[in-house]
Amino acid sequence: MDLNPFRRFALSSRPPERRRSHWTVLISLGLALLAWEGTAHLAGLPAFILPAPAEVAARFVKSLSDGTLLRHTAATLLEIVLGLLVGTLFAIVIGYLIAKSRRFERLIAPYLVATQAIPIVAIAPLIVIWFGPGMFSKVLICSLIVFFPVLINTVVGVRAVPRSLHDLMRSLRATRLQILRYLEIPAALPIFLGGLRIGATLAVIGAVVGELVGSKQGLGFLINAARGQYDTALVFVAVFTLITLAITLYGVVAVLEAKFLKWQETPHP
Amino acid sequence: MPASPPTPILLVETLSAVFSDENGDLHALQDVTFSIQPQEFVCLLGPSGSGKSTLLRILAGLLPPTAGKFTFAGSNHLRIGMVFQQANLMPWRNVLENIMLPLELQGVLPDQARRRAQEMIELVNLQGFENAWPRDLSGGMAQRVALARALVHDPNLLLLDEPFGSLDALTRERMWTELSSIWQKRRKTVLMVTHSISEALFLADRVLVLTQRPGHICLDLKVDLPRPRTDDMRYSPHFGRLARKLKDAIG
Ligand SMILES: Nc1ncnc2c1ncn2[C@@H]1O[C@H](COP(=O)(O)OP(=O)(O)O)[C@@H](O)[C@H]1O
Ligand SMILES: [Mg+2]
Repeated sequence: MDLNPFRRFALSSRPPERRRSHWTVLISLGLALLAWEGTAHLAGLPAFILPAPAEVAARFVKSLSDGTLLRHTAATLLEIVLGLLVGTLFAIVIGYLIAKSRRFERLIAPYLVATQAIPIVAIAPLIVIWFGPGMFSKVLICSLIVFFPVLINTVVGVRAVPRSLHDLMRSLRATRLQILRYLEIPAALPIFLGGLRIGATLAVIGAVVGELVGSKQGLGFLINAARGQYDTALVFVAVFTLITLAITLYGVVAVLEAKFLKWQETPHP
Repeated sequence: MPASPPTPILLVETLSAVFSDENGDLHALQDVTFSIQPQEFVCLLGPSGSGKSTLLRILAGLLPPTAGKFTFAGSNHLRIGMVFQQANLMPWRNVLENIMLPLELQGVLPDQARRRAQEMIELVNLQGFENAWPRDLSGGMAQRVALARALVHDPNLLLLDEPFGSLDALTRERMWTELSSIWQKRRKTVLMVTHSISEALFLADRVLVLTQRPGHICLDLKVDLPRPRTDDMRYSPHFGRLARKLKDAIG
């Protein structure tokens, strides 16, 4: 897994670097846990402010065995996946049209700029008011937040297809559909997947923000509920689950990249 | 205009190309007229900017002519194989897959496409590189892949735009020999752009010389050197005389 935090935000078209030093990562994680355990005990903080790792672990086992954790994780994951799917789908279609038609771009650009100027997090409450606390509003927030980075990368990716390869395809009398399938999709894929990598991370944020604003289930809901009961250990459990979700999604895209982009030079540091 | 020898495969008549933009008109080609016989190897020679690429792009259907026309004999099934100055390979396809592309576009079944691409690999001497990625190929190898790709779907017309222009001199001359032997095996009709006089004389049956812009054919020279052509011929007096004529025509 790629844990370099800067890479996730870079519009990189390269697959993440191979893991080289899981030992370093493990040792640093172990040290962090130790420091946390020490702080919790030495500072004498009450558990509802800073629970010790052991307590969090115990809470994790309990929430896992009574089914709460799984139920809420499943709800959040479903929202994320649906949001990612819908947002990406719209981004691909609109992005492709923008890349292919200057006229369409001029038509739609003002709206895109306007929507990007609105912070999705700030209008999440409105969306929940309008569409209710159910799953739909979360999927909507997710897809809105995913839409833009994927759109931008789709446009950039399709526009970056070399003209000389278009010439080649036309000299072979390729149809529009063949040009899409044999040229544009594979050529745009690296940049597109870079956008999807960012989108996947943002989708987690979208879902949780929506759930925190108003929901009946999900990890965001769980955080709210646990906080209300001063069950801080459970808040920690939910947060760590979210981190795991985000890293996993990021990893899924990284695996896709490794699978589809093996023709690219693997970066040697 | 008197009729040329029987049934040319390509007939180009008073073709002109003008590029217009806000700065005015740029006449790239003016009244270009010539014909090519089946299985003929014709070189198009001219200084840079004389409209050679433009002419090839028009014939490949990538650009409409501003005036004039061109006709292919039996044009209902015209297939074109084109090689550009850069190899122009798809970086996400390996060598074999790149060569298979024209067949895939024609809907040839994968097994058969693979077999025919494999034959091309042997034709251009790339055995063992079937699974190599384009990024790992040298310039000469990449150009051979491009040549194989241009031949694999059995085109009636091969259009080559300075295919060896980006290669070093030694590789380029080796490619001449290879192209010449491929052409003798396959008997394709070839129209090849070049700005090298020796390249044209080494390869062609006929050389057409384009003038400086607007491009216009000022010499149609028959190259009556025997085949197969060898390195030694390039130092023969006749070769020298032909080269002289071409040089004078280019000006
Ligand atoms: N698409 C185009 N738009 C405008 N001018 C062009 C275009 N293509 C070629 N030209 C111009 O036409 C002239 C001939 O170009 P080209 O056919 O590439 O010449 P050559 O291949 O003989 O070097 C050049 O002056 C070039 O700048
Ligand atoms: Mg040129």
